[in-house]
Amino acid sequence: MLFKKIGFRLIFAVALTSLIIIGVFAYFNIKSQTSSLISEVERHANQLGETVISSTRFDMMLNQRDRIQQIINSIGTQPQIRDVRIINKIGKIIYSSDSNNINKMVDKRAESCYACHSEDQPLEQISITERTRVFRVFPDSNRILGIITPIYNERSCWQADCHAHPTNQKVLGVLDVSISLAEVDKAIITREWEIVIFAIVAIIAVGLLIAFFVRRWVSNPVQDLLDATQQVSQGNLNYAIKNLGDDEIGKLGSSFNNMTKKLAEARMQLFQSDKMASLGRLAAGVAHEINNPLTGVLTYSSFLLKRTKDNPELQEDLNIIVRETLRSREIVKSLLDFARQSVPKKNNADINEIIEKAISVIEKQLSVKKIKIAKQSENNLPKITVDSNQIQQVFINLFVNASDAIGTNGGTITIVTKQISLSPFGVAQLKKASCPRRHSLIDNNFKIDGLPALRVKVVSNEKEGIIHLDPVYGKHRNDYNTGFKIDKDTKFVCPDCDSSLVQQDKICPRCGAPILTFEISGQGVYEVCSSENSNWEKWDFVDSAGLKEYIEIKISDTGCGIHKDDLPRIFEPFFTTKGQKGTGLGLAVIWGIIDNHHGTINVESEEEKGTTFIIRLPLTHQRQV
Amino acid sequence: MSKPLDILVIDDEKVIADAVVKACSLENYSIDVASNVTTAIEKISKKYYSIIICDIMMPDGDGFQVLNELQAKNNDSALIMMTGYSTVENAVNSLYRGALDFIPKPFTVDELLSSIYRANKYQQIKEKQKQSSRNNRKVELFYVECPTKYYRLGHSSWLFEERDGSVLIGVCDFFLATIDSVTEIEFLAPEDEIAQGISCLTINSRNERIHKIHSPVSGRIIDVNNNLKLISNLIEKDPYFEGWVYRVIPHDLGYEIKNLIPCSSDRMQSRT
Repeated sequence: MLFKKIGFRLIFAVALTSLIIIGVFAYFNIKSQTSSLISEVERHANQLGETVISSTRFDMMLNQRDRIQQIINSIGTQPQIRDVRIINKIGKIIYSSDSNNINKMVDKRAESCYACHSEDQPLEQISITERTRVFRVFPDSNRILGIITPIYNERSCWQADCHAHPTNQKVLGVLDVSISLAEVDKAIITREWEIVIFAIVAIIAVGLLIAFFVRRWVSNPVQDLLDATQQVSQGNLNYAIKNLGDDEIGKLGSSFNNMTKKLAEARMQLFQSDKMASLGRLAAGVAHEINNPLTGVLTYSSFLLKRTKDNPELQEDLNIIVRETLRSREIVKSLLDFARQSVPKKNNADINEIIEKAISVIEKQLSVKKIKIAKQSENNLPKITVDSNQIQQVFINLFVNASDAIGTNGGTITIVTKQISLSPFGVAQLKKASCPRRHSLIDNNFKIDGLPALRVKVVSNEKEGIIHLDPVYGKHRNDYNTGFKIDKDTKFVCPDCDSSLVQQDKICPRCGAPILTFEISGQGVYEVCSSENSNWEKWDFVDSAGLKEYIEIKISDTGCGIHKDDLPRIFEPFFTTKGQKGTGLGLAVIWGIIDNHHGTINVESEEEKGTTFIIRLPLTHQRQV
Repeated sequence: MSKPLDILVIDDEKVIADAVVKACSLENYSIDVASNVTTAIEKISKKYYSIIICDIMMPDGDGFQVLNELQAKNNDSALIMMTGYSTVENAVNSLYRGALDFIPKPFTVDELLSSIYRANKYQQIKEKQKQSSRNNRKVELFYVECPTKYYRLGHSSWLFEERDGSVLIGVCDFFLATIDSVTEIEFLAPEDEIAQGISCLTINSRNERIHKIHSPVSGRIIDVNNNLKLISNLIEKDPYFEGWVYRVIPHDLGYEIKNLIPCSSDRMQSRT
């Protein structure tokens, strides 16, 4: 389980590597320290041997055996020195610091003698290492280092008074000094422990450090990514990874965010068009079914109206029936118009009058629920070109929604109307654009944020592709997905007639790339930088119009508000929070109507406090040509 | 001079058929009813009806079958389609294929009666034309055909594509010939959107009938011919040139023009 985590694996790998490196280092370190200590002891022992020989030399000349024995004894009392022996040629111990050993024979094949006596003829000159041996008397006793120093025959020996040694003898005997290695071994073990502890501490420290950084740079970002993918796979496409770093994982995260965003947009569009399609079918069916009974009502009532010309009282009532039936006809039509994203029937109207009419329709309903209406309308608002029926329907629907949100405990609906000015940049839409030969470049099959995009063919090195430009002036959400790179030599042409769209003798003031130019019938020329990364664009016609005038209508209620998860979905067809009571079409129809009027509708809501719908309708949505 | 005006109404909805019958009874037409396409075709083969009012969508078929039947039999009955808004495109297409007119449902009695009135006039004009060509070498001119390069929606409105991409639209002289003299015209305003097959102009005639003209194209009105408001009978004097009604930026002319009849084909027909 733990091993399945990438962070743990990385830590494990690093720890293992440092374990091996530090282990090898420690091994060789201990080995070299041990050998240098031993050789130090060896040198010391050798020196001791030479000292013993030279200090006993005089006594040997005089053959004063007691004194020799005394010297050896006194040397043998030193704590580290285990034994000092002098062995004669035939292997008898003639002096020893241990008196028990005196006069004992030493086997020539004993380990101490082996170095010289391995051959038949004993060697006379051997190096210090060969004279040295390390051994234990008993397996569990301390190690002992023994060194043999040969005592050579010399002139004074055979010329001495005692004449003990013949002239032809080279080696008279050996001095064997053995030194206990207990202290050295203790030191070695201490060093070993030190190094092992250092190694363990170092490995743990490295492990912790690596763990910290791996956690920070790898585990946590990977975990975030994993959480994000799980969220997305559960359908939450609004999830974005926060705290992105600047490394590859950070970039992966940001491209993941980007991907989910695009996915969400695509899904939204698919969803919207799917809903629109089914709404269209439904509306067409409903309209067809309702049309027939409505035709009956309308023909019979208008028939009666014709037949009762002499009965003014009846005429009045019949007129109302005919008028209201005609209104129903418009409503059925607008439902279809919405489904077909069709066009409103506009006339000049006073927005405040439309609101008054809408209020009068549902006044009774509101007073039953103890709902007050507060109006703050700006006087002398200019008349606006709208379809009064449709806009009235928008207000009625919004009032009904507001009263549903308020419930039975009473509340207030506030309506504020005023005139405002907004910049066209980021708002104005390119609804038609054509090449110099008047081929339309509007692509109804490719939409950016729901609006038909501009279609441009790109030709580069015999490769061809289509790019799509954002139809909203100033938004620049272009789609350059051609599969090949667009460079200086790329041609931008009309997909229908291959005539170039690049403007001669002018380049982008920001990046120097060629500028594409489109003719907007009746609305001047739209220019945009051809580079994917530049955001330069210019539409003089719209810019010169300056700020655009809108009438803004705010409708606020003191109702239960909309949950923030629901907010992005409220304009979707068939989305409803009213359960069986609602169809989920109300706000979708409203959205469609406002959109058809080139207006915008936005919503702000706080739960338990209320909801505000903000509608902006352009006063003159396009300048007259 | 004219034949007795016999009308056949074809609709599966009894309430609508009855309503049409009642409305026609106001004007003393003799009227027959068929509740489906099969009976209708049977009735047509047995008797000549001057005007046939036909629903487009019926359980056992559609109005196009009736239209095809009439053309196959060389029957010159005037066909008026009835349609819901959902089938306006079908209705426009039926005009292309030879129907005289269509009325969008639901309609008022007045709308129905003015359509019948025009159909009646249409039949009378056609009759007079036949007689005069039979009797005379010199063909009498009852209406001005629309010029070549023009397109028309049935017999009601025409369209002319200008070089700058905008189109001019106006009312066909044949339509004007089927109504009494014009007393008042109600226009839409610039910036208004119009849709193909949906009424774009209302003409009141002297006999107090109201005639709605179906737009030949969908688009946005950019200009209205103000001369029509100033000069009272300009639209009747020069319906194809000075008497244009709107200048429109079309939304999708390439698609919609397929449902319009090129006027050049009329001239070829009349010559043959």
